[in-house]
Amino acid sequence: MADKKGIPMRLPETETATEVYSLPFPELPKDLGALKGMKPIVVKQPYHIDYIHSYGQDSPWIAGLSNGTILGSRCKRCRNTYPQPRGHCMDCGDETEWVVLPNKAKVHTFTVCHFGSQEFLPECPFVLCLIEFKGCETLLLSRLMGVDPLKPSLKWVGMEVEAKFRRLSKTKPTDVYFVPVGS
Amino acid sequence: MRPVYMVSGGISKFAKARPDKTFQALCMEAYSYAIHDLGLEVGKFNELADGCVISYFSDHFARQLMAGIMAQDYLGLCPKPGHRVEGGGATGGLCLQEAWKSIASGHMEICPAVGFETMSHVNTWKGNEFIAHASDVSFDYPVGGFYSGYYAMMVVRHMMEYGTTAEQMAHVSVKNHMNAFYNPYAQKRQKLTVKEVREAPMVAWPLTRLDICVMSDGAAAAILASEEGVKEIEKASGKRVKKVKVTGIGRGTDAMRMADRPHRKVPLLPNEKAGDYVGKKWHGGRLEYPGIHSFRAGRMASVQAYEMAGITDPLAEIDFVELHDAYTSSEIQTYEDMGLCRYGEGGKFAASGKPFLPNITYGLPAVDKDPQKGTCPVNPSGGLIACGHPVGATGLMQAVFACWQLQKTIRKHLKKPDIQVKDAKRGAIHSHAGTGTYVTVSILEAEGGR
Repeated sequence: MADKKGIPMRLPETETATEVYSLPFPELPKDLGALKGMKPIVVKQPYHIDYIHSYGQDSPWIAGLSNGTILGSRCKRCRNTYPQPRGHCMDCGDETEWVVLPNKAKVHTFTVCHFGSQEFLPECPFVLCLIEFKGCETLLLSRLMGVDPLKPSLKWVGMEVEAKFRRLSKTKPTDVYFVPVGS
Repeated sequence: MRPVYMVSGGISKFAKARPDKTFQALCMEAYSYAIHDLGLEVGKFNELADGCVISYFSDHFARQLMAGIMAQDYLGLCPKPGHRVEGGGATGGLCLQEAWKSIASGHMEICPAVGFETMSHVNTWKGNEFIAHASDVSFDYPVGGFYSGYYAMMVVRHMMEYGTTAEQMAHVSVKNHMNAFYNPYAQKRQKLTVKEVREAPMVAWPLTRLDICVMSDGAAAAILASEEGVKEIEKASGKRVKKVKVTGIGRGTDAMRMADRPHRKVPLLPNEKAGDYVGKKWHGGRLEYPGIHSFRAGRMASVQAYEMAGITDPLAEIDFVELHDAYTSSEIQTYEDMGLCRYGEGGKFAASGKPFLPNITYGLPAVDKDPQKGTCPVNPSGGLIACGHPVGATGLMQAVFACWQLQKTIRKHLKKPDIQVKDAKRGAIHSHAGTGTYVTVSILEAEGGR
């Protein structure tokens, strides 16, 4: 938007428009063929929904986070433990039971999001990560805080991290996030 | 199962936005092209067709439920049988395979597969949000749902496991944009350098804007027929059809939540041994598979398709591949899943001459001088990165480019011969959804076989 001296060169583009009450149209009955060359009419149609979303059988996991506890789902038969909750085991289909996971874990991988979905744009750049817990079969998607998103490094992979919990729960998986141990 | 042939295809102009046409008219643009290529008019062909399959990915982008039947109606295929197919990014690949099933089973003699997506109806940020709704809305999306972020996390692990580099990834971008330079159907026809790819704005570290495909509006159509169906078309047109036989079909799946990928043994392709993935090179002495660095669904689809087509050494026995390069990194991961190289060697493969077209100069000295340049060109069309990714059309676009390659009609359709793979007898197409949730692989062969 700005040139090198920081002087704005263009007016900003927005998704607001002027209300229109008439459109150009040829004299009838002539010129109908010319309509084939007409530019499309593009209008704005707002769309908003509030969903009544249930966490269902996974609800204790969310309740755990708002009480400073990370739960996992464990299959007795296969000994699989899943940090993202699963009501039934991915291998044998048995119902899982709840177990408490440790608050210390490792970064399995990460990225820094400089862009993203509209909802998260104000938070960019932010660090997404997958967390590995000792003894767990699968991983947990989370946010990594306490690192400089503008200085990403492969050295972050394998880093020891500890869980932090939001004091004011949002009943979302981001009620837990991770920071380097000792930070 | 009966033999199934792809007899023609059509692709609409792909663009960031196509406000000039509704989705139905976009479908007609691709569909009528495919039919005219058979030497028929739409009305005559519709008399012969037994039904159709229509694909589009997102009800959110369409903001229209049952858009499939609206497209079928517009094409003039009512009241014949039809259904809509959806499976994320693999929607188009699934659509092709559903049409194949209709014919292979004997249910139909002629079945068009038509796919579309109109992604320009919302801004890019809202589009990112819609796409991220194809991750678990309880546990993935709220954490910061962003597909480029998910793929970036995969490749960071790939880099850690295998030593893959961002520069190797950039080779894929240079290749696909350069191939697209010779493809007028492509949206981004650019001559790039590795440096330019790396210096483009960062989207999700280490993926830059030039490592990632763009949202697009577009449609594609593939016409499939049985032996009997081909005869009917030839009788109606008075012309001989250049048949392309579908000789292999494979499909695999994986958990929606990327975090849910377990760590197990590698299912082997016919050209691999268990010993390939055991030893000091691997953490703990064994490759932990699929983890998040590999796509179990892609391997499953490849294993099935190769078995059906009788392929035992993919790199030597496939003449070109059109694969789902939504990200340069996922093209590298897919080389490995499809057995073009072993796990861990995808980065090196990307920076070698093997997946490049032999007759095009890329400005990459190591590639251009490689005596093995052109062993198995990957994404000669330019792939998703350069052609665009109107999701429901993408897998069918790959089928159309593959069909033209095998019919040796690239020059006719593109008005340029450069990306024609010489002596192409067998091609593979690969369509991929989610973080690897649905993957299809289909093998197409020219008349006369290999």
